[in-house]
This record gives sequence, structure tokens and C-alpha cells, in this order.
Amino acid sequence: MWSELNQKLDFWNIMTLIMFLFFAVFLIYPLGSLLLGSFQGSDGSFTLEHFQTFFEKKYYYQSLLHSFAVTISVTVLSIAIGVPLAYLMATLQIRGKGIIEILIIISVLSPPFIGAYSWILLLGRSGVVSKFFMEHFGVTVPSIYGFSGILLVFTLKLFPYIYLYVSGALKKMDSSLSEAAESLGVTGIKKMTTLILPLVLPTVLAGAMLVFMNSLADFGTPMLIGEGYSTMPVLIYSEFISEVGGDAHFAAALSTIMILITTVIFIAQKYVVNKKSYEMSSLRPIQPAKTKGIKNVLAHLFIYVIVGLAIIPQVTVIYTSFLKTRGAMFIDGFTFDSYRKVLDRMGDSILNTYVYGIIALIIIIVLGMLISYASVRRKNFFTSFIDTIAMFPYIVPGSVLGITLLLAFNKAPLLLSGTASILIISYIIRRLPYTMRSSAAIIYQLSPSMEEASISLGYSPMRTFINVTARLMMPGVLAGALLSWITVINELSSSIILFTGNTRTMSVAIYSEVIRASYGTAAALSTILTVTTVVSLLIFFKVTGSKEVSL
Amino acid sequence: MSTSIKFEQVRKDYDKNTVISNLNVMIKPGELFTLLGPSGCGKTTLLRMIAGFHSIDGGTISFDDQSINDIPAHKRNIGMVFQNYAIFPHMTVYNNVKYGLKNRKISKQEMIKRLDEIIETVQITAYKDRLPNRLSGGQQQRVALARAIVIHPKVLLMDEPLSNLDAKLRIDMRRAISEIQRSIGITTVYVTHDQEEALAISDRIAVMKDGFIQQVGYPDTIYLRPFNAFVATFIGHSNLFTGTVEKENGTTYVHLTKDYRVAIDTLTEEAQAEASVMIAVRPEEFTLSEDHTGIRATVKHRNFLGKYINYELVLDDGRSIEFTQDTNLKNRFIEVGEVVHLEAIPEKINVFTADGETSLIAGVTRYVE
Repeated sequence: MWSELNQKLDFWNIMTLIMFLFFAVFLIYPLGSLLLGSFQGSDGSFTLEHFQTFFEKKYYYQSLLHSFAVTISVTVLSIAIGVPLAYLMATLQIRGKGIIEILIIISVLSPPFIGAYSWILLLGRSGVVSKFFMEHFGVTVPSIYGFSGILLVFTLKLFPYIYLYVSGALKKMDSSLSEAAESLGVTGIKKMTTLILPLVLPTVLAGAMLVFMNSLADFGTPMLIGEGYSTMPVLIYSEFISEVGGDAHFAAALSTIMILITTVIFIAQKYVVNKKSYEMSSLRPIQPAKTKGIKNVLAHLFIYVIVGLAIIPQVTVIYTSFLKTRGAMFIDGFTFDSYRKVLDRMGDSILNTYVYGIIALIIIIVLGMLISYASVRRKNFFTSFIDTIAMFPYIVPGSVLGITLLLAFNKAPLLLSGTASILIISYIIRRLPYTMRSSAAIIYQLSPSMEEASISLGYSPMRTFINVTARLMMPGVLAGALLSWITVINELSSSIILFTGNTRTMSVAIYSEVIRASYGTAAALSTILTVTTVVSLLIFFKVTGSKEVSL
Repeated sequence: MSTSIKFEQVRKDYDKNTVISNLNVMIKPGELFTLLGPSGCGKTTLLRMIAGFHSIDGGTISFDDQSINDIPAHKRNIGMVFQNYAIFPHMTVYNNVKYGLKNRKISKQEMIKRLDEIIETVQITAYKDRLPNRLSGGQQQRVALARAIVIHPKVLLMDEPLSNLDAKLRIDMRRAISEIQRSIGITTVYVTHDQEEALAISDRIAVMKDGFIQQVGYPDTIYLRPFNAFVATFIGHSNLFTGTVEKENGTTYVHLTKDYRVAIDTLTEEAQAEASVMIAVRPEEFTLSEDHTGIRATVKHRNFLGKYINYELVLDDGRSIEFTQDTNLKNRFIEVGEVVHLEAIPEKINVFTADGETSLIAGVTRYVE
């Protein structure tokens, strides 16, 4: 009896239980109460009035239509840019290819609201470019605010997802496939449409899903550049903020609608990708060929322009951070004043970002490794359940998660609102999927006999995990952890809901500085964030010896 | 010194299916015991039950009469060699071999002594400081063997250890494994689906199918005196005939076809007159008849294989049989299209009950100790 109990209480079963409790308390309970809350009236009775209100009033449902208009346009445009870019980079010899690839990675890893803000600096009402055209040609540049601005920022920020996904797929395509097609007399456009496009289509769809989700969930961009062009996350935020202390059920109902939409899209995408994806591995990847003449010039031009536009926000931010400012205006001359001001007044936000980020990262790595291992190697009902539930935040918009956590933990015994822990918990929950996914991917590549060898040599399952499995998982774990870390320090949409005066982070500080039109300090903070991102990326490249980031 | 392994009424369930039931066998101390069978026969499952990677769902497995059922895998003190070697890629060859020893309470000198010894024995001295990704398959195999043996395990388990090597290396490694195993006298359970490997390396072989042991015996008994038709056809090739027993003037005959019978004196009492039986004749257990007695057949294909020639022949009823002939220059080679008569060598052929399940040859048993 005792030995039976002892066997049941082995390392992995205990870990599974702990992980289950973690998600039960910090994800299932909050989301569950949010869902229930959306069907409750102010007196607690069951009602559908919130949903009715939403679909009856144009002011509300318009946000949903706006969201769809934005996300669909962004997705289409991103595909239109990302696929040809990936194809040209894979098949043609492009000058500066290495740098281009790194620039693309940097642009995708920087927070979108920085993009929004620097495009305002350039093309906004008092933007540099707008003023230039106004003063020298008397031409008014079309307004950057509203739909077009959101579209511009999102597209430039998100096309790299498509690019990186499709590039990955093209790298896996053996050139013998292309040669076989040519030997059968299929070349040029026909080869492209009958062979290459069908093979990369599932990958394009997977990338498109990411673009769609990201643009649907992002709060900072439409908030900064949308100006009245309200999308769902903006509506949720403003409804929630205006109702704090009172009745939060309407915001809950809005969140429920969002989650419903993202879930449907996620499932649809999974279905399509599972049905139509191909296992490919290449011994001889496609080699970039040299071209000449107009074709070569056009290809280079296309790539340089796109990548140039994508990286402009970073350049602008870094440049303006060294400019002298007077109020909201930049004036001639260079200075470190912005940085001094930032350190004086917002040093805490920098410290908070790193401290919370590192704590969250450590927990993410530990949890990610344990969950992915348990769900791959110790498959049972509980581990599969934890695996699924842990991936769920992938499709829960940040602002929605922020609201759920705040509503769930604003009273004893779990009074966490206003503390640093609630921010860290939200980071862990939101960014764990990256580490989990890439950890799981690498476990599938590891032969179980590696662990069995260690066990047969006398090491307990726990010590085997530490000595062998964890070590062998590291490349995958680090690749995921890099993304988790970068997205944690750049996190805005749940932080903006969860922070208080003492716990604001850099992204929150940037956001409030931009709102206050204190562009110099915002730029300095953004630069610090961007530099942190780039340095993290470089350290990752150095440590792993890889030159790629898997999204 | 060496350990015996005893299986008593061992059962294994997957979900609700029983894949092994009521398995009983005893492996002698110091023996190289092979589990041989087609894929899905349960041989690897059984091996992993000994290792502790699969639960034992019924019955008992014991080392030296001590049940190991409740001992977790890492405390069973077994050495295992895996099909893909499972060399830890993040450790050098030396550290791979040391890994298991580090976990034991032995002195530093003892550890170094044992390591040097084993590295010498399996001949990996030259590359002991390399990382495994720069080793060939055969070299990795030696490292895996050293790593498993150096901890002085009670039993050594080998799961298809040679299946990833090329043909020539397989034969070299086969001999190396056999020599090392004999020199340290460790009880070894060896899993393979390769009958030639099993015949060459084993002290005894258990032929398995569908979770049941079909026969346990020495390599020669398994080959020459298979206990049932499955063993006869799985080990080497056997041409199967359905025929009847005939007794005439104190002589016993079996009919291979309607017109051809052979006198046979190896049958048990159970083979009664007029009983239908199954007869297994290996391709080399035929001889060419010069006087038109025997089974009439037409040559369809001839495959010259060096040591011998393999013929595919068609009987009058349309069935195909195989016949091999030594490439002895004294032999007359036959041509495609030629009609020949084949006679079976009575002392060599095997006779089973009509269902093919039990041998009717005197002295043949399922288990040979």
C-alpha cells in the first residue's frame, strides 16, 4: 500500500499537481469568473443585456467592425509583402542579406506602440516629414491618424512574421523538388503556383494567424495613432477604466466576445494547417542564384525599401532620444538631457522592467520545461489538460487577461492587485507559451532512450531530468525563452491595466510619456528598451551559435 | 556470481489489451539469451519490463529468486544498450562511460581503474576525449557497451544493438559483443529480429510471436528441430506440405504429395496412421532425384548466390517451392524451364500436427533447458 502510494507520488506526478494548481488559480479561475461575470447583471442575476447593448449600439459594435477591417487588411497586406520578400531572399543573391535578416528580426521584436509613436513623430500633425512637406512644398501629407496609420504601423510591424515563417518553409524545401518540376517542363510562374505556393501555403496560414491575432489584440497602436478610430482592445480598456469601482460586467462581456472570436480563428487555423501541412526536410536546400539587369535591381529595391520602412521607427526613436526638447517640441542640437530626465524621474520603471522580467523569465523557463516535458513524455489526462490550458493565453488578448486578473485578485485572501506579483503572474501566463512550445518541439526530437540510459545507470527520474534531459533541451528552451523575455519587457496591454504608481514598467512609462507629449523622454526610454532587445538578441546568437529566431 | 532471471506467469497489458500473458521462462546465470521474433511479437516489451521502463502487470520477474516487480528502474542495477546507442551528446566519450559510475559509492582509484579497464576492453582508448557526434556507428556502439558494463550490472540488456550498423560492421561487432560478454560472464538478454544474428551470438534463443514464446532452445535445435511451423518458417525458410502419415509393415511413411512418400523413423507415437500432418522441408533438405521418384517440379527462377544456388520451382498444382544446391562443381546445375524430381532427406525434415502447432518428431520440446 505504502509503496503504491510512494510510486504514485513520484517527481512528475507532484510537479503535475503543482502546475495544475498554478493554472487553476491564475488562469482558469480568473477567466471563468470573467465569463460568468459577462452574463451577470449588477445585482448578480443572469442576463444577456451586456451583449444586447453591445450589438445594439453603433458606438460599441462599430469597434468590432473596425477591428475586423484593420486585422483583415493588415493580414492581407502582410502576406502580400512577406511572401515575395521571403521568396526573393531565398532564391536570389541579395547584398547585405545578413544585416537585412537581423533588421527584420529587430523590427518584429520591438513593441508595436513604439512604431506607432515614431510614425507620429514623422508623419503626425507636427511630424518632421509633414512639416518638411508643408514648409517647402505647401503640401499637406495625408493624415496618419485613424485607420491608415494603424494599418501602416501594423503591416510594417507584422509582415516579418510571414517572412520568417515562409523563409523557414523555403529552407526546408529540397531543391530536387524544384528540379523535378523543371525536368517535367514546369518552370517560372507555373512552377511557383503549382509547386512552391501549395507547399508553403500551410506555413503562410500559420503566419497569417499570428498576424491576425497580434493585430486584433494590440492595444497600444490604435490607442496612440487611432484617435477615435476605436478598436475592440481600446473599447475594452476605456470601458473598463471608466467603470472601475462600479460595474465591470460590460467590460467582461466585451472580453468574452474577443475570446470567442480569437478561439474560433485559432481552431479554424489549426484545422486548416493540420489538414494541409507537409512534412519536408531538405538535404540540399534551394541555393540563391545570381541575377542581372532590371530584375536584380527591382528585387533589391523592393527589399531595401520594405526593410528600410520597417526599421524606421527604431532609427527615429534612437535619433530623437538625443535631441534637445522644449516641451513637446524637438529643437536643434544634441543632448543627453532626455536620458537624464528618464533616470531622474523614471528610473524605477527601468528597474521594475528588469526585475519583473527576470523573475518572470526564470519561472517561465522552469514551468515551460516542466510542462512541455510532462505533456510530451508523461502523457495523461492532466498533463494534456495543463498543456492545452497553458497555451490558451496565446489567444487571450493582453488587455483581457489584465482585466481578468485584476477582477479576480482584488480582494482577500488573494489580494494581489497593485502588487508587483500580479504583473509578474500576468507576464508568466502570457509569455509562457513561447518557451513551452519550443521546449516541446525539442523534446520530440530527443530520443527517450537518452533518458532511459541515464535511469538504467542508476539516476532517479528527477536527477535524470536535471542531468540529461534539461541539458539536451537547452537550445529549444533558450530559443523560446528569448521570445518570452523580449515580449515580457515590451509588454504593454496587460501592464497598462495592472500597474500602479510603484509598479509601472518601461513600456507603461513610454505610453504615458507619449500621451503627455513628452516625446524626448519617451524616445530615451524606447531606446533603452530597443537596445535591451538587441543586446538580448546578440547574447542569444552568441550563446547558441544560431543566427535565427523561431517565432 | 552471475544472476539468473526468472519469469513466472508474466503478463503485460496495453490499455485493455493483453500483449503478453502467462510467460514462463528461466534465463541461466551468465547466459546470452536472445529474444527473437518479428516486430510486434513482444520481445522489446519484455526487455523493457526487465529494465523497468514498462510495468509488470501480472506475475513476477526475479533476479536470483528476488522479485524486481516493485523496484524502480533506476535501482534495478541493469546495464542497457539501446538500438540508437543513446550516447549523451553533451559529454565526451570518457564522461559518458563515467556517468553511471559517478553515481555509485566507490573510491576514486577504483573508478579510474574500472574506467581504464573497460575502455581498454571495448577498444575506445583512441577517442575517449572526443564528443560523440564525431564517432561512427560502430564506435558509438562500443561506447554504449562500455557505459552499460562498467557499472557491473546484474544483467545486461541489449535492444537490437546492431540494427543500425552496416552489414560488415555488424559481423565484427557481433563477435566483439560475444567475446566481451563471455569474458565477463554477465547474464545478457539480447533482442533482435535478425535470425542470423540470433543464431550466431546466442547461447539460447526464445522465438516469440504475438506475445507467446514459441520455442526456447539452442541455436541448432531451433534451426534443425523447430517446435512448430512458425519457428520452422521464421528461422530460415521452410517449404510446407500438408500430408498424411502411413504405416505399412512396421515402417512409417509421410506423404508429401499424393504420389510421393518418404520413410521416416523419427516420429513420436502420437503420429498415428492416416493422421493428417504438416511437413516442413528446408530448401537444402531436398536432393535431385535421378530416377524420376520424388516431387515433380519445373524450374522457374535460378538465383546464383555464390555459396549456393537458390531455385524457385513450380509444382504441378501451381504451388511454388524453394530448393538450394551447393555450388559444388560435382553438382549438376539445372536450368530454367527444366522439369526435375526432388526427394526429401528423411532424417532432416520436420513433421508437425496438421495445425502446425506441435512437432511430431521424437524428443522435440518447446523448452530446452
